[in-house]
Amino acid sequence: MSDITATAKNEQGMVNAVDSKDDYLLRVKDLCLHFRTTKGIVQAVDGVSFELKRRRSVAILGESGCGKTSLARAILRLLPRNVHKFTGEVWLNGTDVMKMSDEWFRQNVRWVKASMVSQAAMNALNPVLRVGYQVAEPLMIHLHMSKEQALQRAREMFRLVGVPEDFLHRYAFELSGGMRQRAILAMALVTRPDLIVLDEPTSALDMLTQANIFNALKDIKRQFDVGFILITHDISTSSDLADEVIIMYAGQLVEHSLAQTGYRAPLHPYARGLMASVPTLREDKRLEFIPGQPPSLISPPSGCRFAPRCPQRFERCAQEPPTFRVGEHGELVKCWLYAKD
Amino acid sequence: MTTMTDEILLSVRGLHTWYELKKWGFFHAGYVRAVDGVSFDLRRGEALTVVGESGSGKTSLLKTILGLAPITKGQIIFAGQQLDGRGKSLAWLRSQVGFVQQDPYGALPPFMNVRKILLEPMLINKFGTPAEREQRIREVLEEVRLVPVSDFLTKFPHMLSGGQQQRLVIARALVLRPSLIVADEPVSMLDASVRVEILELMRRIQKAHQLGVIYITHDLSTVRYFSERVFIMYAAKVVEKADVREIIHNTLHPYTKALLAAIPDPDPENANRYRDVPPGEPPSLVKPPSGCRFHPRCPVRIEGLCEKEEPPAFEPFRDHQVECWLYRT
Ligand SMILES: Nc1ncnc2c1ncn2[C@@H]1O[C@H](COP(=O)(O)OP(=O)(O)OP(=O)(O)O)[C@@H](O)[C@H]1O
Ligand SMILES: Nc1ncnc2c1ncn2[C@@H]1O[C@H](COP(=O)(O)OP(=O)(O)OP(=O)(O)O)[C@@H](O)[C@H]1O
Ligand SMILES: [Mg+2]
Ligand SMILES: [Mg+2]
Repeated sequence: MSDITATAKNEQGMVNAVDSKDDYLLRVKDLCLHFRTTKGIVQAVDGVSFELKRRRSVAILGESGCGKTSLARAILRLLPRNVHKFTGEVWLNGTDVMKMSDEWFRQNVRWVKASMVSQAAMNALNPVLRVGYQVAEPLMIHLHMSKEQALQRAREMFRLVGVPEDFLHRYAFELSGGMRQRAILAMALVTRPDLIVLDEPTSALDMLTQANIFNALKDIKRQFDVGFILITHDISTSSDLADEVIIMYAGQLVEHSLAQTGYRAPLHPYARGLMASVPTLREDKRLEFIPGQPPSLISPPSGCRFAPRCPQRFERCAQEPPTFRVGEHGELVKCWLYAKD
Repeated sequence: MTTMTDEILLSVRGLHTWYELKKWGFFHAGYVRAVDGVSFDLRRGEALTVVGESGSGKTSLLKTILGLAPITKGQIIFAGQQLDGRGKSLAWLRSQVGFVQQDPYGALPPFMNVRKILLEPMLINKFGTPAEREQRIREVLEEVRLVPVSDFLTKFPHMLSGGQQQRLVIARALVLRPSLIVADEPVSMLDASVRVEILELMRRIQKAHQLGVIYITHDLSTVRYFSERVFIMYAAKVVEKADVREIIHNTLHPYTKALLAAIPDPDPENANRYRDVPPGEPPSLVKPPSGCRFHPRCPVRIEGLCEKEEPPAFEPFRDHQVECWLYRT
């Protein structure tokens, strides 16, 4: 569990014996991404810290609008124009990429070290280029491969994600939704990045295709030195890939646990409510739901952001924002219930 | 209202809904067979769920029942009257059937407030006196728990959360006191934490008013929170019909089995195992496979039979029907 706890120790000012950078694929510290809007500043990502070891995958879960996509965009620096504040540290393979220029980041990090499959990416393929060429393109641009080499690699990737080879020569509109999504996945994989961010990668697909794509992802995870960040609404499906679980609420990370705790016995009251609301097919359980709605990210509550909806809140919750606590098994949880003092 | 009718509220017989494809030059490009031979009865006060993949024809089935898509072949009999999708019978039908659309965000007119949204269908259908209409607006808002009602009356859709918008869509479907509600993916756009709340709300209303409800979803795991009876749709056909528990514990059709294998429950062990699902994709509805539509993907197909002959419905267990040759008698 030490993989999760380092952040907490740091936050609490404890000594973190060896800063074994190389073990970590990703370390995010106090990341903020705020947007400017006519109604005010939207705190879409507000002080998020977490770490991910190499070859691990983490699911980022939370309700619509809690900042999951914004967090991914902040990590990959895929920013819209109306950014108000973009601060914090993002260490990828031991290097703080936040210190890099945009140009350098675009040339040497995005696609090369970390790639992303965006929400609704299915429709993002270029309609006038053959899909094989599109998948090979990042190799030619970023890794300066020859066209033949790149296409060869693209062909391998197609096989890996389950697209028949002759589809290399087709155009996007000639592919079904499932095949298009696989092609996008092949594109994210083709440069062999260390980190792949998947934002709702299968939510538009049918269940059988979705299961097939997750089988392919599991294969990839076994074969390559790659870590995944999986962002999804679909909590059940996320458990197909996740070693760890991060729960976000109103722009903040409220819990980071290993899958065992995250799915079976979450600690944060919001995480518990969320997990208790997931319908299960095989198990007869009484479903619960969380009354109320998430706060505005323009003027979030000052104490704990979940306090107004929390069944277990007490005075302190409305007064002070909670800091990270370490749970019994090394989970990180941002909740005053776990304060020992 | 005629409460003297038979027990059957809706009877669908051999229904086909085909959409004609645009012609290419002088070629006839064919049809999308979105619903291809579906039959069932729905009793008054009964709730039914139709589960199917994207593109399997669920919405088309509902739209045909609502008179929004053509009946290519077959019959729909609602409250004893055969529907022909025209004029008077259509207007009457729409006053009797409430529709909850697939996308709550697109379903509500953005420039009308809550009161206006609920008033509109009553005005169109000349429902009650002005005082009765105001009374009815309050009643349905209370029923869907948009309370205190006075806080909501003047709100516009964009001021409501996704869950509240969906409650409003449900309120609008209820306002004319229909005897049948059809709900197309009423919760799939909502967060898990509000989904169940909405499903349970619908179920409560369904029972309280003895409504017939057809609930459509791609998510089998939500079914048991809503209805007992479930239909599984694959490629424009209903391939299996049974109670939800029976479907889960005594699954018959190979497609239903694959579907169950594909649906995870949140379980940390999932990451350590592969899902046992057949490869391939749902078939084209323009040129569906011959014989059984699932045969190209079916791990247990019977060579020489399944690719040739369309399986009829067999009933190997009481109230459990399946269109699959494995169960031929
Ligand atoms: N470019 C932007 N300008 C202003 N606000 C934005 C922008 N992008 C996102 N937001 C807001 O930031 C918040 C977080 O959005 P984000 O897309 O990260 O949420 P999410 O968790 O990915 O939601 P979903 O599950 O619906 O995809 C939301 O309130 C959203 O409206
Ligand atoms: N007006 C139309 N004209 C032509 N084809 C159509 C039309 N409406 C639907 N279709 C096609 O009919 C088939 C069934 O569509 P339908 O919308 O009924 O599926 P569905 O089960 O509701 O899918 P989803 O879960 O994605 O909503 C699809 O192949 C669709 O592309
Ligand atoms: Mg998102
Ligand atoms: Mg539909």
